[in-house]
Amino acid sequence: MSFNPEVMINKVVSSMPPSGIRKFFDVAAEMKDCISLGVGEPDFVTPWHIRDEGIYSLEKGHTHYTSNSGLKELRVEICRYMDRRFSLKYDPLSQVVVTVGGSEAIDLFCRSVISPGDEVLVCEPSFVCYKPIISLAGGIPVVIETKVENDFRLTADELRAAVTPKTRALILPFPNNPTGGVMKREDLEEIAEVLRGTNIAVLSDEIYAELTYGDERHVSIAEIDGMYDRTVIVSGFSKSYAMTGWRLGYAVGHPAFIAAMTKVHQYAIMSAPTTAQYAAIEALRNGDPDIELMRNDYNYRRQIMVSGFNAMGLECFEPNGAFYCFPSIKSTGMGSSEFCERLLYDKKLAVVPGNAFGESGEGFIRCSYAYSIKNINEALNRMEAFLRTLR
Amino acid sequence: MSYSIKDRVLDILHKDCRLPLEQIAIMVSSTPDEVAAIIDELESNGTIMGYGARVNWDKASGPDAVTAYIELRVTPQRNQGFDRIAERIYQYPEVKSVNLMSGSYDFGITVEGANIKEISLFVSQHLAPMESVLGTATHFVLKRYKFDGVICANPESDDREVISL
Repeated sequence: MSFNPEVMINKVVSSMPPSGIRKFFDVAAEMKDCISLGVGEPDFVTPWHIRDEGIYSLEKGHTHYTSNSGLKELRVEICRYMDRRFSLKYDPLSQVVVTVGGSEAIDLFCRSVISPGDEVLVCEPSFVCYKPIISLAGGIPVVIETKVENDFRLTADELRAAVTPKTRALILPFPNNPTGGVMKREDLEEIAEVLRGTNIAVLSDEIYAELTYGDERHVSIAEIDGMYDRTVIVSGFSKSYAMTGWRLGYAVGHPAFIAAMTKVHQYAIMSAPTTAQYAAIEALRNGDPDIELMRNDYNYRRQIMVSGFNAMGLECFEPNGAFYCFPSIKSTGMGSSEFCERLLYDKKLAVVPGNAFGESGEGFIRCSYAYSIKNINEALNRMEAFLRTLR
Repeated sequence: MSYSIKDRVLDILHKDCRLPLEQIAIMVSSTPDEVAAIIDELESNGTIMGYGARVNWDKASGPDAVTAYIELRVTPQRNQGFDRIAERIYQYPEVKSVNLMSGSYDFGITVEGANIKEISLFVSQHLAPMESVLGTATHFVLKRYKFDGVICANPESDDREVISL
């Protein structure tokens, strides 16, 4: 009998659907003159002073592992940032773990907190990794569909309706990928009201915290009365400082959560990349003006894109965070996947079908504005031309 | 930090002055009429001094231009300080920029000419003989790497790869 590796694959993994984004963009990548609004990462290069600090660390020979939790100097800077930005106080020795991107921190939380059969509430549409990670940890993802009429915010009623005695955690992904929705302080107060008195932990994925637009800046649920101990905040450097390729994130929270997460991290990863950690210290110390410049540019592009979609009849709610627009394509009568496929083949424009981020994303498309204005204008022209062919 | 609408209009124009008025208005959440009025004001008060492309002359197909950076040491004139001297210097069309400097020399001047000889003649016949000028040092630009915030090398293509997020 010949050895068959296919039967060896873990059942959870083999039943996991492939990412709807990746499949789509593999086609687009091979298409000549195709333009894309699909990439979910900044188009800016990491600011030079941050790159230079990474290079300098190599010149100095900092090529070893760091401590499992991350460089102490970096953890101190992370705590200073959390304090100056959100008035949240964390102890660098016991309440921070530095991870390989925010994604690893999400994985660590799920593996540390979820036991087999636990239910974990996931707001959708959202980042594609939550459900697979929960399943891999033995948990049961329970989807809460956020709605465009609520500006894709999670409401207290929706949360209340989803909670059962088996609920172990809530994943709160705001500012949101793919909708651009944000939770305001008053929204979080209502969510906190539901959570108080329960044993539900909160994983607050705040990777886009620095990319909000308008007068109100991002508020963390950990700032809300009674939420500090139950909340693990996941954040990182990828989006704020255009450092996606450095793969560096972190989690902060109650020492019990962080100790458990660090335990998993030390066995699976050892420590996050050393060069990236040195660069991140510089980012946190001197990178605030860079964030301001990038946010300013994203804001210009956001206005162009929202206005462009609305003008051509694709209703687009105003996204106040991240760098995505999430216009509705329901007026075309097509489903998200069909729309995107035809747009790609007819006009060589790649956008992401909304249902790649959960069923509640059906009838929407995700368009990233992490592109040059020239690229965005050309994409809007192609989109408009495509819509004309449908009329 | 919040920027005024005027600051944002200037920022946008400085990056790309060819954007249509309507688009600039969308970018700053305003109306084309309001943006037009702001631009008129900025033009009339001299904040916006003109509009022109940032040209990489090394790449342009026309005749080669030579650029020199000239350090000038001068004696300031009674009652008029450095301003009178600067005025006399910037009148020459060959002079592209004039800055009063701190440090070991007084003026930093950028001069353009068709070739090295033309610039040398300009320095020896016009700048050096001025009565206030104590000395000059001319540095010719060999290669331009960055100009007005823009890197002159070919722009890199978007190399972001496909990833599921």
